[in-house]
Amino acid sequence: MTDGRAPEERRISPVIANRVLLTLLVAALLGAALLPFAAMAPNRLMSGQSVGVTTALLPWQWLSLAALAGVLALCALPRPFPARAARWVTLGAAPLWLLLVLYGLGDYATRALQDASSAARVSQGAAFWILVFCPVLMIVDAFQRLNIGLALRGLYTVGLGVVIGALFASGIFDALSIMREYANNRDTFTAEFLTHLRLVGLALGPALLVGLPLGLLARRRPTARGPLFGVLNFFQTIPSIALFALLVAPLSALGEALPWLKALGVGGIGAAPAIIALIMYSLLPVVRNTYAGFAGVPATTIEAARGMGMTSRQILWRVEVPLALPVILSGLRIVTVQAIGLTVVAALIGAGGLGAFIFQGLGQYAIDLVLLGAVPTIALAVVADFLLQILVVLSKPAGTR
Amino acid sequence: MRVASLKRPAASRDRLLVALSVLLVLLVLFMEHLAPVFRTLFPELNNPVYRRESFLQLTLDHLLLVLVSSLISVSVGVGAGLFVTRRSGREFEPMVSALAAIGQTFPPAAVLAIVVPLAGFGFVPTIVALTLYGLLPVVQNTIAGLGTVPPTTLEAARGIGMTQSQILRRVELPMAMRVIIAGVRVSVIINIGTATIGATVGAQSLGTPIIAGLVGNNIAYVIQGAVLVGLLAIVSDLLFERLERRFTFGE
Repeated sequence: MTDGRAPEERRISPVIANRVLLTLLVAALLGAALLPFAAMAPNRLMSGQSVGVTTALLPWQWLSLAALAGVLALCALPRPFPARAARWVTLGAAPLWLLLVLYGLGDYATRALQDASSAARVSQGAAFWILVFCPVLMIVDAFQRLNIGLALRGLYTVGLGVVIGALFASGIFDALSIMREYANNRDTFTAEFLTHLRLVGLALGPALLVGLPLGLLARRRPTARGPLFGVLNFFQTIPSIALFALLVAPLSALGEALPWLKALGVGGIGAAPAIIALIMYSLLPVVRNTYAGFAGVPATTIEAARGMGMTSRQILWRVEVPLALPVILSGLRIVTVQAIGLTVVAALIGAGGLGAFIFQGLGQYAIDLVLLGAVPTIALAVVADFLLQILVVLSKPAGTR
Repeated sequence: MRVASLKRPAASRDRLLVALSVLLVLLVLFMEHLAPVFRTLFPELNNPVYRRESFLQLTLDHLLLVLVSSLISVSVGVGAGLFVTRRSGREFEPMVSALAAIGQTFPPAAVLAIVVPLAGFGFVPTIVALTLYGLLPVVQNTIAGLGTVPPTTLEAARGIGMTQSQILRRVELPMAMRVIIAGVRVSVIINIGTATIGATVGAQSLGTPIIAGLVGNNIAYVIQGAVLVGLLAIVSDLLFERLERRFTFGE
């Protein structure tokens, strides 16, 4: 049994085959035992009464969870599963666990509110989050150990996403407080979500338009590089809320002085300072990665292209740009994720977006309204990161992926 | 995430650092004396200078938030980075790296908004949120920095009879220090920005006058808070840049 394994692996873990999985499992079980799974409150503003896992879930639900935990524990041991099989079993058991926890919370909320007043609210507790994150990390760990391709990972993730989406669509979560906040703000939510995306898009467009040539300039003119990066780094360093706020005063003065600008929507408060600040933040990663991408093209490759008789323009478009593309796209990935996060803060200067729910909720001490803004923002950032990561891989020349 | 290789002469950066630090200190101490300036700029405002708390107090509160959270982040983050690069913890390295990478896609403002209400509003919960977020770049850069030490160098150190702890203290850490400091720099700069937003969750900081100004439609308050926190961030960044230069070898 041990003969097949590398000598180093045998030295580290004679009893436990996967200490990462075991750690996650122990963390999940400790969290479930010690922390509240859900909270029930008389109304949306009061903090609720904590409910533990075994109270909130029906016996068949938490017994199934315990059984899945048992299977996962076996996956962490050298027996009975061989190493690869253990990882595939993990990839089967962990999502079942995740779905069961999600379903259990929604089911509890539905049952608990059946004979409660209409103002009563059920929210998720700390143990719920731990019981959700741990299986996700187990899946990540299994992926890393199996070392399987991006296509299969993507398919698996999308499949899991579809099932979770179907759970949402089935209305099982509708009794939860965060979903009740969503139901109350359905129209505004869609509008703010679209505003969020629009702000990000309106910032990224100009940032790319200006940043790509600047990056090329930094590559071609070494003397321009120092001052350029110095200024852009300066922008990045200024805290987001300060930069947003500092643009408010000059823009409102500008709007007052030039009425036609004001008619276009340029004023102290609103989208204009937000978009300008987002562009200023986005420039550094775009310019830096464009520069790094072009700097990474081997001089010998360019020499060869010139030797074949290509013109400078042909070399740029047929050699340099394709070879620099993956690095440039990783820059796009950084700025997209960054812009999604910074747009949250833009809500403070009246630009709207999902941050509006966050700060409105913080002002009212309505935590579930805060979550209605924060959870979709995080999801948006993670999804954008995932998609752009795929794009980066696809942009690499075949054979180097 | 930040560019450290600014090829300008170090002396001019140092002069900039000194000038901006002096400006920051003067503004923190004597903002009240600028009242006539703000009155001329914004004649419609009754109170052109924020006076509810002194700017010195706000700056100290801000620094305390950042210092406490950064100290915890750095010690835990470097510790975690060291653990996953030793033989006993190497199994955790891919998971910790993945966590640090995924965690950094979470917007700091969203993390603050989720963590702080869960732990109760105010100073300590804000520190918890700042610490959690600040950990990620430190862990990531500690792993990356230790990874840059060439295996041949480690082999040589072992060959001349150094013990594991000697190798760590005299070879690995000094060689990784520049990258680790770059991670601390990112962490501190993000925390200075997030501490500003902390004003919305009940932690007094330089963000307090900004929020008060935005809520009460007083642009002068907004400018005073924003200029100070912007200067604070830039001065800190320049300080770290200087520190990174001291740990650069062979260039």
